Amino acid sequence: MSYIPHTDSDRAAMLPEIGVETVGDLFLDVPESVRYPELKLPDPLSEMEILRELRALSEENADLDHHACFLGAGAYNHFVPSVVGHIIGRSEFYTAYTPYQPEISQGTLQAIFEYQSMVCALTGMEVANASHYDGATSLAEAALMSVSVSRGKRRKIIVSPTVHPEYRTTLRTYTRGSDLAVVGDDDLTYELDDLKALLDDDTACLIIQNPDFFGQLEKANELDQLAEAVHTAGALLVVNTDPISLGLFTPPGEYGADIVVGEGQALGNPLNFGGPYLGLFACREDYMRKMPGRLIGETVDTEWRRGFVLTLSTREQHIRRERATSNICTNQALCALAAGAYLAAMGKSGLRKVAELCYHKAHYAAERIRQIPGFSLPLRGGDKGGSKPFFKEFVVRCPRPPGEINEALLERGIIGGYDLGQVLSPLSLGQRTRDLSKGRDFPQLEDCMLFCVTEMNTRAEIDRLVAALEEVAP
Amino acid sequence: MKIEKDCRYAETHEWVRVEGDLATAGITDYAQSQLSDVVYVELPEVGDAFDKGEVFAIVESVKTAADCYMPIGGEITEINEELSGSPEIVNEAAFGKGWFIQFTPSDLSELDDLMTPEEYQDHVAKEEGGG
Repeated sequence: MSYIPHTDSDRAAMLPEIGVETVGDLFLDVPESVRYPELKLPDPLSEMEILRELRALSEENADLDHHACFLGAGAYNHFVPSVVGHIIGRSEFYTAYTPYQPEISQGTLQAIFEYQSMVCALTGMEVANASHYDGATSLAEAALMSVSVSRGKRRKIIVSPTVHPEYRTTLRTYTRGSDLAVVGDDDLTYELDDLKALLDDDTACLIIQNPDFFGQLEKANELDQLAEAVHTAGALLVVNTDPISLGLFTPPGEYGADIVVGEGQALGNPLNFGGPYLGLFACREDYMRKMPGRLIGETVDTEWRRGFVLTLSTREQHIRRERATSNICTNQALCALAAGAYLAAMGKSGLRKVAELCYHKAHYAAERIRQIPGFSLPLRGGDKGGSKPFFKEFVVRCPRPPGEINEALLERGIIGGYDLGQVLSPLSLGQRTRDLSKGRDFPQLEDCMLFCVTEMNTRAEIDRLVAALEEVAP
Repeated sequence: MKIEKDCRYAETHEWVRVEGDLATAGITDYAQSQLSDVVYVELPEVGDAFDKGEVFAIVESVKTAADCYMPIGGEITEINEELSGSPEIVNEAAFGKGWFIQFTPSDLSELDDLMTPEEYQDHVAKEEGGG
């Protein structure tokens, strides 16, 4: 069948209506020279030849099979057990689509239900949805949900400056055009106490990231006090987390989080050059009717056999239109399936082991780098003392611009860290309200890099990184 | 289908009953029969004020979710807490135990815009007939 709905006679009727004679007239604004450019395509090739050519092209990429990677900042290089690929590659599962019809989709629905259950166990929450597009979308949805929990009465969103900068940009994209105020990150040095001081009876939620963008963990007693202050103000505590860290550290549900979000890529999904990823989203049962997204529930059929269905779908836009909890009611079914398969394969002890390996290797790397003349760890101790613990990422102050160091590392087969002072693209700049003149993620960390070490980094790789940094230091 | 004599009705199938200074409102027996099994009612908070025609509640059934519109303006003095645990009482007794809100009407003359029981009977008959 044809997917183009307009017939020739439809078009003939529409053209005079809008005052043009031909379809070509609609493109007159495009300069003639580029309107119908001659495509200089090479001669056709056979399938065998084209595969050879594409392979050669793809080998131009710096991939993780041939490089040591110390880059994180929201997307992480973790091991994906081969069972994950086998499971999601089964033809019964291989779709990104969340099925509506329970009578033909029990396997997929059960898999998503199990994914949701494991996300709940991991985050310490009572309800989890079937996932969002990515961690940033989940975080923005959590902010909107908090406003809706207050029945739209509270209009202020407090976000910590240590939340991923791109997530904060996404949050602003979501709230643009509304009268919602996003505050808290206009001063990038704000700590939990400063954020607490912004709480009032107009605050819908306070959003933190733990471990934060710099890899640091907030102290347990401070988190408890923060949660108490947030709840006393009648607001919700939203925590953006790294699911791998939860193998080792306290789940946000235990320190008072009301909504937990996070990037789920680290769970069984490869880096994929930036996507597709999946957004984790979980909350307390009290708020489940305000939760966005797909939700799979367990039920029984007419013969009392266990089954799985889409549930609470009256929250969704196909029923409630503009009053839906969100206008994104789809999910990342295949990525969520991979995350579920990963969690099931690793189990509690496996996930803990991964987290421990990350923690110990990162600490080994940090200590070695700290000892290189010219390099320092600005957030770790020093004269301030009392620095926070960190998980798998840490900030390094460099004796040369991070961009130059990264180039030198790449020549040595190493993908370096995230340049915290890098100048942002004009596109993302346009959406920021703060210090546009500087145009940097963290102007106060201009000569700093964020390194990430996971279980994938061997000790030999870390030693190679240290040797390379020693070499490139002036 | 039940239609109570002592109520006034909105075209959107809410009823309101005024007794002294207080009014009580809910959805009609016809409305609950159209919705089928009610599973959740989202009610406002005591102290909230609504104009006539504003959405004051959302009723969710196994089939759909519907907004409920304030039949006459007023400030909420009480909500039916029982609905949170037993939403099915809306199906069982839409005009009785299944009430939604109690409120202080801001302008009783707004009642004049609402339908009498007889008019509502015709209204429902027309909706049924017109499909």
